[in-house]
Amino acid sequence: MGGLALGCLGIAAAHATTLTIATVNNPDMLQMQKLSPQFTKETGIKLNWVVLPENTLRQRVTTDIATNSGNFDIVTVGSYEVPIWGKAGWLAPVKNLPANYDAKDLFPTVRKGLSYKGTLYALPFYAESSATYYRKDLFKAAGIAMPAHPTYTEIAKFAAKINDPSKGIYGMCLRGLPGWGENMAFFTTLVNTFGGRWFNMKWQPRIDSPAWKKAANFYVNLEKKYGPPNVTSNGFTENLALFSQGKCGMWIDSTVAAGTLWDPKTSKVANEVGMVSAPVAVTPHGAHWLWAWALAMPKTSRHKAADMKFLEWATSKAYLKLVGNTFGWVQVPPGTRISTYSNPDYIKAAPFASKVKEAILSADPNNPTLKKVPYTGVQFVAIPQFEGIGTEVGQQLAAALAGQKSVDAALAQAQNATARTMKEAGYH
Amino acid sequence: MSQSTSATITPSGSDATQRRQVRTLPLLLPAVILLLLWSILPLLQTILYSFQHYNLMEPPAAYNGGLNYTYLFTDSSTWTAIWNSVVLVAGVLAASIVFGTLIALLLNNDFPGRNIARLMAIAPFFVMSPVAALIWKNLLLDPVSGLAGWLMTLIGLKPIAWFSVYPMLSIVIIYSWRWIPFATLILLTALQSLDTDQLEAARMDGAKGLARLRYIVLPHLGRPISIVVMLESIFMLSAFAVIYTTTNGGPGDATTTLTYMIFIRALNDFSIGSASAAGVFAIVLANILAFFLIRAVSRTLQA
Repeated sequence: MGGLALGCLGIAAAHATTLTIATVNNPDMLQMQKLSPQFTKETGIKLNWVVLPENTLRQRVTTDIATNSGNFDIVTVGSYEVPIWGKAGWLAPVKNLPANYDAKDLFPTVRKGLSYKGTLYALPFYAESSATYYRKDLFKAAGIAMPAHPTYTEIAKFAAKINDPSKGIYGMCLRGLPGWGENMAFFTTLVNTFGGRWFNMKWQPRIDSPAWKKAANFYVNLEKKYGPPNVTSNGFTENLALFSQGKCGMWIDSTVAAGTLWDPKTSKVANEVGMVSAPVAVTPHGAHWLWAWALAMPKTSRHKAADMKFLEWATSKAYLKLVGNTFGWVQVPPGTRISTYSNPDYIKAAPFASKVKEAILSADPNNPTLKKVPYTGVQFVAIPQFEGIGTEVGQQLAAALAGQKSVDAALAQAQNATARTMKEAGYH
Repeated sequence: MSQSTSATITPSGSDATQRRQVRTLPLLLPAVILLLLWSILPLLQTILYSFQHYNLMEPPAAYNGGLNYTYLFTDSSTWTAIWNSVVLVAGVLAASIVFGTLIALLLNNDFPGRNIARLMAIAPFFVMSPVAALIWKNLLLDPVSGLAGWLMTLIGLKPIAWFSVYPMLSIVIIYSWRWIPFATLILLTALQSLDTDQLEAARMDGAKGLARLRYIVLPHLGRPISIVVMLESIFMLSAFAVIYTTTNGGPGDATTTLTYMIFIRALNDFSIGSASAAGVFAIVLANILAFFLIRAVSRTLQA
């Protein structure tokens, strides 16, 4: 328990300002880290990078900000955190953006998601929705065609036809790694489209409802039959590696993966990959998610002027151009600026561009489910408790997937745990 | 010597002894103060938090009576976590004692390359837990790229996803791999202090190897084994790194021990209040256990 004592890092004010940046180890952030010497050259501001896996980063950043430790000057946060932390006063608002930054060029849905009561608290680094990836060559060989808007029934049939584990090809790759931002991101969209919801209007958990059971059984059966071995250890990054090595027939995940999958330098199947909308079951509501990774300043940062310089640099049009010229246009961080989608260089390099734009514009966090809900967020519930709830339920789902317990038992325990947390938090 | 002891025993102490007692206090004081600062203050702080509704995501903290404890004791996952802790500790202890004794007996014999063999047998103990966990996770137990999977395909079996199918067993294996060497080290040292005259005498009386083991060697090992039990229990109750690196307490709650549950409450739910309540409960449990363990050990030491 001594570990709860607050650690305070005293950074001596040297001649040059050094900013400590906490970020996720996703490909686009790693590019930002590689390109950052350019920023230091331009401004003289030095950067100290803390690059961590998503789950670890969240723990580190949240405890750091909540305990006023002030170890980070810039943090990478998502659509889930920004409104909650903005409300709590943990983030410094983003103000006085220069005219040449062109804030109006940011996607309005994304911008809205990074604001609380009309005030912007973070600048979007990239934004994503979810989509279905598939292998054109395997579909052709099996004599089937992928519709532009598939249903989950069709997806299950396709998976059966292209599944061929003896050749190392698994019909359906999906996230199985427990975590609210991992398996539960995908699974919540599945529940949404099966007509389910996390909470009813009285904030009572509905995990024991038939829609959840149907969705969970569908997911577990699909992955047990056509998934790769050890699904419960596969998150976004692991599946990205599997698909780009040609091990997956289909994969439903973030649209940001397209940049890696279509690039012959990072993907063995660059010429064979196709992309259509995320599948639908009962309702199109909440069938594909909306997420933005954004850069923000904790209120504890002591270098806010320098922070702003970096925030503007890393989310500017000039940065997108720099990525395009350095790594190729297909690798440009997607989904933040409307102008990217009218840029001929990008459209030429990224055949998936219009699909991504359509998905991001049509995802509706304010209306995520078939029945009414008291919360916003497609693949998450925008309340502080969801991080704990989502991860706990994610663990139960992983237990069902691993065969440790039945789907019914896992959902029953998930329901109890969620009810307990909500009671503890004083919702009812 | 006799003078000073007699002086302290005497009820009516002379001036000299009183001055002596006064002088020891300043010497003790720094240690006592440090001890208070380092152990009692955080403990008090934890007890204070355990009576508050304190969620990092929703400051400020507020007193909520014993609600944290009510939730803790009415929650089935608490008992699952305690059971998991018991399984983990008992599993590792059993493996350490059985294999530790066998390896120690083996290494106590004279054979060429004995020193190197001893070094190799003890080496795993010096590998840091997270490193050991990563080696086991990625190089040994991984169903696709691991050694165990490869060996199983060689003999025509389907590789097992160890951490999904046998999560607790996998954790016990990894911790045992780390702690068997510790037991070996202690038991080997004990074997070396075993009087060879006794064994000689037994042999001359016609005792066979197994009988010598049963009636002379094993009783001699009773004391070091109880020390192994005590030390390993203390370390294993706070085991965390391997679970964190491999299974994250899952799948489900299959490997969520009490320690790991506290971690989840504190750094996943950010509920400092309920984490502290679970922490206080863990301290109480550990102290009860320590009480019995220390009594058992001191009894064997006196015997």
